[in-house]
Amino acid sequence: MADALQPTEAYDEFVKGIWKENPVFVQVLGMCPMLAVTNTAVNALAMGAATAFVLLGSSLLVSLFRKLIPRQVRISTYIIIIATFVTVADFTLEATVPRVHRELGAFISLIVVNCLILGRQEAFASRHPTRIALADAAGMALGFALALFCLGATREVLGSGSLFGISLFGERFEPWVIMVLPPGGFLMLGFILLFFNWWQQRTLRQRRAGPAMAGIGDAGEAAS
Amino acid sequence: MNGDVELTVSVGQREPSPFRMIATLGIAAMLSGLVLATVFQVTKPLIDANKARELRLGVFRVVPGSAGLRKLVLRDGGLVAVAEDEVVTAPAVHAAYDESGTFLGWAISGDGPGFQDTIEVLYGYDPQTRRVTGMHILASRETPGLGDKIYKDEAFVANFGALAIEPSIVVVKDGRDEGNEVDAITGATISSQAVVRIINEANARWLPVLPAEPPPFTGESD
Repeated sequence: MADALQPTEAYDEFVKGIWKENPVFVQVLGMCPMLAVTNTAVNALAMGAATAFVLLGSSLLVSLFRKLIPRQVRISTYIIIIATFVTVADFTLEATVPRVHRELGAFISLIVVNCLILGRQEAFASRHPTRIALADAAGMALGFALALFCLGATREVLGSGSLFGISLFGERFEPWVIMVLPPGGFLMLGFILLFFNWWQQRTLRQRRAGPAMAGIGDAGEAAS
Repeated sequence: MNGDVELTVSVGQREPSPFRMIATLGIAAMLSGLVLATVFQVTKPLIDANKARELRLGVFRVVPGSAGLRKLVLRDGGLVAVAEDEVVTAPAVHAAYDESGTFLGWAISGDGPGFQDTIEVLYGYDPQTRRVTGMHILASRETPGLGDKIYKDEAFVANFGALAIEPSIVVVKDGRDEGNEVDAITGATISSQAVVRIINEANARWLPVLPAEPPPFTGESD
């Protein structure tokens, strides 16, 4: 953060992952863990943290060694780096929070094949200096964790009537069980993606119409 | 092949020698191995301790009043006492003792298919009354909200408090009348039946080999 220009660039790269290019809601990446482990808020956060650790670690190394790795073997090298971080995360979770580790099961190991991570290495970390790559990784990781948490918290509240394991509605609440099952994950994700698409189109339409003609644009759209 | 070469030449990059590619991958894999070996060494004792603690707590739960345990493994048709931390591949049971070292009962584990995946059950058995004294699920991936009631629903777990095992444990759906009946969870009949089947199978396997005289208690209680 020494010179004046770079921090803004790093900041931009950081922020884009959280909202404008959110890995789940906008890029629709990493759907497998997204649907599988978001039945409770705690699971979602643990998954988000594990993914963040792997993404930050891999982006740091890939960006540091980007000039040393020959292009022909780059993907295999990335996979070795990613798999190493995943296994470290796997062992660490099992040693420190065995309960969470048991709930997440095989999905920790499956971070290796999360396309979000390899995607960031190939598309970003291997072409940018370390600081920018780290900012991008942090933004993407935070965006991914936020998306997981949104889904996890909603599904836990609707499907179990609790948040972080704390009961919210008392004894008389009848849990909407399907929300914690896989179909509930698809359903919830569908609604969230619908919202994001609607939001994007609306923003686009307003921008096209221009601020002064926003009202007319909307009316025209409604008539057509 | 030709296309590849031309492409790399056109962007002004020479094809790196095979040696460099091998060296890159070799070094990466070696460093990765080094990191993994270190992390494994550091976390292994912690992971083992977690598992041992989980098992101890499970044993103390399924044999009420117990405070100490000894591990026995099946070798050459008989049960042999081994050290708690000894790594064994043979099937094992635990003898549970109270604080003064008096034998209370056995903690037996068994596994079998549930609704989604293998369920691992630990249960207590009192040879004097010939009853199951408690049940604890060591591992399961049953449906959240339904099948996971086999360990989250206290009323279901209480079924196994003083459960007669003869002629065999049966699952009923309209409340227990007999001492060998377990009331199934509404909406999770298959999971309930799986738990009972696992216990029946483990009984058939273990009860004939359990010694009449359990080994004396030697370890420390906590």
